[in-house]
Amino acid sequence: MSASLYLVAMIAVPAVGAAVTAALPGAPEGRDERAKRLALGTSLVVLVLAVLAALAFDPGGDRFQLTSSVSWIPDFGVSFALGVDGIALVMLLLIGVLVPVVVLASWRDTAPGERSMRTFFAWLLLLESMMVGVFAATDVFLFYVFFEAMLVPMYFLIGSFGGPRRQYAAVKFFLYSLVGGLVMLAAVIGLYVVSSSSLGEGTFAFDALRSIEIDPGVQKLLFLGFFVAFAIKAPLVPFHTWLPDSGAEAPIGGAVLLVGVLDKVGTFGFLRYCLPLFPDASRDFAPWVLALAVAGILYAALLAMGQSDMKRLVSYTSISHFGFIALGIFAFSTEAATGAVLYMVNHGIATGLLFLVVGMLIARGGSRRIADYGGVASRAPLLAGAFLVAGLASLALPGTNSFVSEFLVLIGSFPTRPVFTVLATVGIILAALYILLMYQRTMHGPPRGVLVGADDTTGGHGAPDREDAAAEAVPAAEAAPASETVPASAAEAGAATATATATEAAPRAGSLRVRDLDRRELAVVTPLIALILALGFYPQPVLDLIEPAVAATMSDVGADPAGTAPDTDPTGGTD
Amino acid sequence: MAEAAPAEGLAAAAWLLIALPMAGAAVLLLAGRRADRWGHLLGCATVLAAFLLGVLITVDVAGLPERSAAVELFTFIATGSLDVRAGLLVDPLSLAFVLLITGVGSLIHVYSVGYMAHDPGRRRFFGYLNLFVAAMLLLVLGDSFVALYVGWEGVGLASYLLIAFWYRRPAAATAAKKAFIMNRVGDVGLALAIFVMFAQLGTTSFEGVFGSVEALAGGTLTALGLLLLLGACGKSGQFPLQSWLPDAMEGPTPVSALIHAATMVTAGVYLIARAAPIYDQTPTARAAVLAVGALTLMIGAIAGCAYDDIKKVLAWSTVSQIGYMFLAVGLGPVGYAAGLAHLLTHGFFKAGLFLGAGSVMHAMGDQVDMRRFGGLARKVPITFVTFGLGYLALIGFPFLSGYFTKDAIIEAALDRGDTWGLVLGGVAILGAGLTAFYMTRLMLLTFAGKARWTDDQHPHESPPVMTVPMILLAVGSVGAGFVLVSVAPLADWLEPVFGEPAEPEHVIAPALVAAVVTAVAAAGVVAAWLFVGRREVPLTAPARVSPVTRAARNALYADTVNESLFMRPGQWLTRALVWVDNRGVDGAVNGLAAAFGGSSSRLGRAQTGFVRTYALGMLGGAVVVAGALLAVTAG
Amino acid sequence: MTLTWYLVLAAILFTIGAAGVLVRRNAIVVFMCVELMLNSVNLTLVTFARATGTLDGQVMAFFVMVVAAAEVVVGLAIIMSIYRTRRSASVDDANLLKY
Repeated sequence: MSASLYLVAMIAVPAVGAAVTAALPGAPEGRDERAKRLALGTSLVVLVLAVLAALAFDPGGDRFQLTSSVSWIPDFGVSFALGVDGIALVMLLLIGVLVPVVVLASWRDTAPGERSMRTFFAWLLLLESMMVGVFAATDVFLFYVFFEAMLVPMYFLIGSFGGPRRQYAAVKFFLYSLVGGLVMLAAVIGLYVVSSSSLGEGTFAFDALRSIEIDPGVQKLLFLGFFVAFAIKAPLVPFHTWLPDSGAEAPIGGAVLLVGVLDKVGTFGFLRYCLPLFPDASRDFAPWVLALAVAGILYAALLAMGQSDMKRLVSYTSISHFGFIALGIFAFSTEAATGAVLYMVNHGIATGLLFLVVGMLIARGGSRRIADYGGVASRAPLLAGAFLVAGLASLALPGTNSFVSEFLVLIGSFPTRPVFTVLATVGIILAALYILLMYQRTMHGPPRGVLVGADDTTGGHGAPDREDAAAEAVPAAEAAPASETVPASAAEAGAATATATATEAAPRAGSLRVRDLDRRELAVVTPLIALILALGFYPQPVLDLIEPAVAATMSDVGADPAGTAPDTDPTGGTD
Repeated sequence: MAEAAPAEGLAAAAWLLIALPMAGAAVLLLAGRRADRWGHLLGCATVLAAFLLGVLITVDVAGLPERSAAVELFTFIATGSLDVRAGLLVDPLSLAFVLLITGVGSLIHVYSVGYMAHDPGRRRFFGYLNLFVAAMLLLVLGDSFVALYVGWEGVGLASYLLIAFWYRRPAAATAAKKAFIMNRVGDVGLALAIFVMFAQLGTTSFEGVFGSVEALAGGTLTALGLLLLLGACGKSGQFPLQSWLPDAMEGPTPVSALIHAATMVTAGVYLIARAAPIYDQTPTARAAVLAVGALTLMIGAIAGCAYDDIKKVLAWSTVSQIGYMFLAVGLGPVGYAAGLAHLLTHGFFKAGLFLGAGSVMHAMGDQVDMRRFGGLARKVPITFVTFGLGYLALIGFPFLSGYFTKDAIIEAALDRGDTWGLVLGGVAILGAGLTAFYMTRLMLLTFAGKARWTDDQHPHESPPVMTVPMILLAVGSVGAGFVLVSVAPLADWLEPVFGEPAEPEHVIAPALVAAVVTAVAAAGVVAAWLFVGRREVPLTAPARVSPVTRAARNALYADTVNESLFMRPGQWLTRALVWVDNRGVDGAVNGLAAAFGGSSSRLGRAQTGFVRTYALGMLGGAVVVAGALLAVTAG
Repeated sequence: MTLTWYLVLAAILFTIGAAGVLVRRNAIVVFMCVELMLNSVNLTLVTFARATGTLDGQVMAFFVMVVAAAEVVVGLAIIMSIYRTRRSASVDDANLLKY
């Protein structure tokens, strides 16, 4: 296979796999089983393709490689153009790694109601195909198509297979993203108009668009169009409120891909589209974006501390982390932006692991509330260990991958934006607080909540029924004062009923045996832990992939691609 | 600072120092229960091997002309203009620490074999201890501030894991979290210092930073010094971040001995000593170090007088003694060697004291309340003797370790010759008196007097696997000071790092200083005898006490201040923000959705279902369009 | 001869048709009024075709007739089926298609 076809194959293989999975014939029992195997196989093929693509990629070569292009709508200059730079490539690798892990993690999930898990895996594969497309597109229109198409599988993953308030969460997710997407569509069309007036012929090709000079006033408008879509996707405060709902209600596999990959499209978009296409506007708006980013770091970290629902907590930590990524991108220095890209990868791995481990805990206890757990470490040491590694990676402890990226973001931002960086650095204290508070409450101390009497009664059946809304349900917004959960608006009325029924039946106290991780779960966490440590100690190969593309972007916005530190490198030895 | 040549020979294998315990930790933590039977032996073996290697490397490096060697390992993070190499710097300063960490560490590992013999988590314990040793060695061996930072947070993690070793106890879990978070506050300082170095100098390696430090503006240097000091305060339990250290005593006693007395908490002193070229340029930051040292010295000594928990008294003593070390390194070139010598001797006698305390607890069924001890000298004779020697070393009994090293610090302070010197020296002498008081009180309560044991306690001496390390440490407590000051002066050994030791110009004759210090310490001992030794010891602490005692029992209200200044406002803020986010931000979003929904259903009312209404609407529309057209054409 | 009177007649027919649609309830009558309006438009088209001397208007008139015929077929079918279920041909009785 020619190298340029890797990307096409990475889109086609999961799409075909999705279609086959959805259309599997046969009796329901065996069919779900075959669907799982098929999904796992397909996602592993994509992983292999991603690795092959990475091997075929030459970091020192052209910016975009593995390119292929087919004219799609010639009247409007739209083509089905694919290609990757280092930034997109590492995201493809991340997708390649996360999807098989997610498939494996969802192995024993059961779908609510009459739905079949076969459909779940079909949507998952379709989502993978769309995600690959969005990162591999080098045509702005194609990017937009994938950007919007990505919503559909995710909408069904949340809305059909999520927690008790899944409908509310799914609609919220969809509407939020759609609003952003439509604003971006207007900007995409604007970009086309601008290109046709300055090039004589309209085009959506990224490279051609990058080369045109756009009037500063127009730039600002177009920048804002793209920015709003990406800021919602990322999400930056104050466009963030859909994420805690979606993250909490989505099935664990969906949540991992949502936070791990889908949201990265936002920050990826900043770097790929906002900065190179609208350099002047980016410079003008940078202080505002940075203010949002830093506010988000601190605000979301404080909110994370106030959550009583583990999945919501993890979602808020992600919002805080996205603040770091945005800080790194809009600080306009090669080190910080390289760190930001690495952060995107690392966050996908670390928070993905955190979500997965939290999901395993929830599968055992049947509750998302932190207060329903305690002393898990004494019953399930491996689970606690994986939880700790994920948590430490999330708080960016040196030796874990996140440290490298957070360090790069901060050290790279400091020379250009010292005040924002100092404020952001406070975030690392808050990160320690929210992670360790959750860890202490769930893992340490004497057995509590669902663990009390867990060993002596009927249980032993592993994961609770997902249908059983009462066992699963945790009023999502049940933060410290319980009254806050009562939704303010009529739009939430339906959700409120679900919440009410959910609270009445307490989690199945004492009826579950809290097992330690089994082989399948170990197979889920082990690759991610290995990556966390490997990238924590030796991140250089990934940095080498990322840096050329980042340097090109930095020279687009007029920053020195060689870095921000003083020219004279004193290591030369003035002593 | 002498340029380090690329390492050859044994020094090139310095990475093994870190790799050995790291491998041990990995095996112990990953192997699971299979390793339960031999895990502790492996744990001891890796650290012992590291110690032997450390000795060999020291001998090897001592023969080199510049007495230092650089070990390049691999490129850690290189992008843009940032180039962080993973490398090690083997020089006299780091080797002194390597020997302390692996030497005392080996003894404590051996001791733990006995101490943790009945704990089902012993393998895990040794895994964590090995992890700690690896991180600590990385901290002192790293050749850049980034490597130091990695080790710095690594020891923080190990400390967290070990304090929370008995995680079923909520107090242990809380103490571990508190330690980690207060350390993180300090880490922010260290991280910011690294950022400043990169922004100003474009490098983070020791060589690069120290080589061009003179080019920096005064303000930047002071900021660097203060930021590094913040980091040091967090790790070393110095004011204003001291309150985590006594709480950390929730961990197993060997942990308290190794991490929270002998090695990790002295990392702050190492950092300031290592950053000497920076502090040499900024008197302001150095004055801050002095102030922190003197203040903490007193806080620790005062709090140490009031606690009844034997480990907490020792912990406050550690806080206080590290205050001495800060004071010493804050004095500049005259104090570096003195501070580090005190650090090393303190490593011996404080580790010995903690192991002794552990042995006492072992004997008394994990009792830590000294009011329930008493009369133990006969029951645990070896512990008593070794503990007693450590005690004498700590209070500065003539010709034992503390006498040499603490006096050196006090002399160095007085030698400043100005008012400040007198104030600092006075504080240090007063601290010595308080030290003598609280340690004598501890000795009297524990070993002397009548037995105040609870009924089920049957004290017995610890097994040899525990007593032998205690004996060895006691030997160190007795002799280390003399060796480091007179036989093989540490100042000479450290000369490649800090330069030629300055010939001190004594303002006050050393003999006089020594006499005064000894006299004050003796006064402390006598006072303790008068207040504690002569009287009946009540089983519960008296409730009606002076405000001073109450303040001391509350560690001068540091926790109260932290709680009311940070914790409670923080919780309040968090709660308020959760409300704002749910009601305000999300409320606005949901409100918008509700507004759309509401207006659409209201507008929908116009859809009556009567065809003729629609027809009227169409007609009206047509009329409006026609009218508009007319208006446009007419206009 | 002026064409104005044709246009006036068309306007009057259209007005009658429109008024009928708005005020009558019987579906058949409403339907016939709609036809009246269509035919008034046809008249207008033909008139203008005559005035400008082109055939466009006449062609359009044929289109209108075809559409009208098709509309009659569908419309009458709907009216018939409503009458069968409701025993009424009043347009106000068929008002279920609302908010």
